[in-house]
Amino acid sequence: MERNEVVIKAGKSALNYWREVWRQRELFLILGKRDVMVRYKQTVLGVAWGVIRPLMTAMVMVFAFGKIAKLEQDSSIPYMLVVIPGVIIWLFFSQSLSQISNSIVGNGNLVSKVYFPRIIIPFSSLLVGLLDAMIAFVMFIVFCIYYNFVPGWQIFLAPIFLILAYLAAFGSGLFASVLNVKYRDIAQIIPFVVQFGYFISPVAYSSERVKNEWWYPIYNLNPVAGAIDGMRWCLLGDFAEFNWTSFIPMLIFVTISVLFSIWFFRKNENSFVDHL
Amino acid sequence: MKAISIENISKKYILSHKKKKYQNLKESVSGFLGELFTSKDEEETKEVFWALQNVSFDIEQGDRIGIVGSNGAGKSTLLKILSRITEPTSGQVNVNGRMASLLEVGTGFHPDLTGRENIFLNGAILGMKQQEIKRQFDEIVSFAGIEKFLDTPVKRYSSGMYVRLGFAIAAHLEPEILIVDEVLAVGDSEFQKKCLGKMKDVSSSGRTILFVSHNSTAIQGLCNKAAFLQKGSLIKYGEVGEVLHDYMTSISKFQLQQNWETPDNAPGNDQVRIKNIEVIPEFVNGSKNIDVRTPLKINIEFWNMLESAHLNLSIFLYNMTGECVFNVGSQAKTFSKGLIKGMLEIPANFLNDGSYYISAMIVKDTADPIYFMEDAISFDVADWREGTNWYGKWPGAVRPINIPVKTWKVDGLI
Repeated sequence: MERNEVVIKAGKSALNYWREVWRQRELFLILGKRDVMVRYKQTVLGVAWGVIRPLMTAMVMVFAFGKIAKLEQDSSIPYMLVVIPGVIIWLFFSQSLSQISNSIVGNGNLVSKVYFPRIIIPFSSLLVGLLDAMIAFVMFIVFCIYYNFVPGWQIFLAPIFLILAYLAAFGSGLFASVLNVKYRDIAQIIPFVVQFGYFISPVAYSSERVKNEWWYPIYNLNPVAGAIDGMRWCLLGDFAEFNWTSFIPMLIFVTISVLFSIWFFRKNENSFVDHL
Repeated sequence: MKAISIENISKKYILSHKKKKYQNLKESVSGFLGELFTSKDEEETKEVFWALQNVSFDIEQGDRIGIVGSNGAGKSTLLKILSRITEPTSGQVNVNGRMASLLEVGTGFHPDLTGRENIFLNGAILGMKQQEIKRQFDEIVSFAGIEKFLDTPVKRYSSGMYVRLGFAIAAHLEPEILIVDEVLAVGDSEFQKKCLGKMKDVSSSGRTILFVSHNSTAIQGLCNKAAFLQKGSLIKYGEVGEVLHDYMTSISKFQLQQNWETPDNAPGNDQVRIKNIEVIPEFVNGSKNIDVRTPLKINIEFWNMLESAHLNLSIFLYNMTGECVFNVGSQAKTFSKGLIKGMLEIPANFLNDGSYYISAMIVKDTADPIYFMEDAISFDVADWREGTNWYGKWPGAVRPINIPVKTWKVDGLI
């Protein structure tokens, strides 16, 4: 029988926090599974929504940016294929961001009644978005077949950029989730960020178009730009070059934000219940 | 061996009081705009509130501790600290062993998920491994009695089914230390019985239990020790009977006696005035509070200021809801001026547990009430029972145990 002694006091309430997180990894899966299962309960179309959402988004993007803004004229491949990588990353990022930032407040009933390492809650919101991203990937493949387009070997690196996009959402979302416990203003800001984020990230246009502007370095402070550029490189290969100028800032952003947020989260998690 | 040792635990909350500033829409709009440009804190006052203050005690392995105290005494805060939901402001707790806390049944149930899915979800939240849950799945389902509704979303469950399922899962946890808060406050009496039975099983297997409840009968029956909290401080910790007695006396607002020295300020009128009215319990077996076994004597003395009046004394006993349990009267007699004494004996094992009020009426010529003293004294009858595993509320206005129900066998056939 394993002996476990726990010391509860102000400041750190657990000595072996990460070991405990590991021990509770099943909970991570279960909570993620719950979000997935609940997602399409009592809907008629069910999982089909996972296809409809990215498809509609991509179609609107193609219409607005490709046809109306006439960006498709510069593109040597069907504009749909240019848009889909952006949509995959953007939907995944924005969904993870909203889920994570609301995770503590949304699971308030758990936080105020049972103990487990709180960081499992925001972590577990990864799974829902991942499922949707997978569905969107299948959609991409279908379009590839339709357009007779063969992606390069880089497509196998795509998961890396999904993870990076998730970490970017995790870094900022985790910070927001802690603030949200005390200041519900955050719940007002996030949908707004998700809304205008579309336009300041290269979702529906290639970052080639803005590369030569003087404000391009500022534009690249947005970590999603790096993730989308990377994803586009993975899926379109030779038709989208690997963009180091957006990749490096993203790596820096992800590293700093994730480390800082985890520290900030750990510092505050034991007092969540007092503010919920 | 110590299962839990609590050293000097304190928990502080900051309360901020905001005055209600605006009465109507116009004021609130202008007030809000004003607030944007001025410092906000002006009308806010802060107050420090200690939910717990320097609480220390040790819990030995295998102890069953009941935690009592009136509302706001800090019971729930203590449980929250022990179950690591919130951290103490200062102090330290050492816990030795796998701990599970049950502050609510059905924590984390998702209304859209089915009973089956929720069993796995809730089990994981409470810290069970999926393997463990799978192994005990059938048992959980039959304990809850929801076989038919296993694949129905729990939002369609009746509240009873919901609670039963929640408790069934929790009951199949196998922790070394179990923390339970008021779980028994919900559910019907049959369910409460089941809960208590299960907790007895747990405790007899040598595990440590911490139990908060307002049901002192349950605490008495289940726990061997108790801790009494009041306003955040530990007042007493020790053997369950003694602690419960202290707790009961502290909460009782009951008045066993009212007494007046002279007729001048005594209640009454120019015909009669009350001198003394009291309840005298005859404690049995070293018990220190009135329980269902205690015979009670009620004494009333009053001054009669009428010359040769034909008087009788009538006594009313009301229960807490104001229903009259009984009304008995004395024979009418002719009294001259002076002090008159009346006495009534309530036998042991007659009243049920609960709170009682006594009113007295003095009647002239058997028909004319000349003075009625309402709710003159009150007392509380605690529960006491033996030879039963049932700790729910005993029904009935009275509990005349001495009127037995007899059973005998009539026939050998089945």
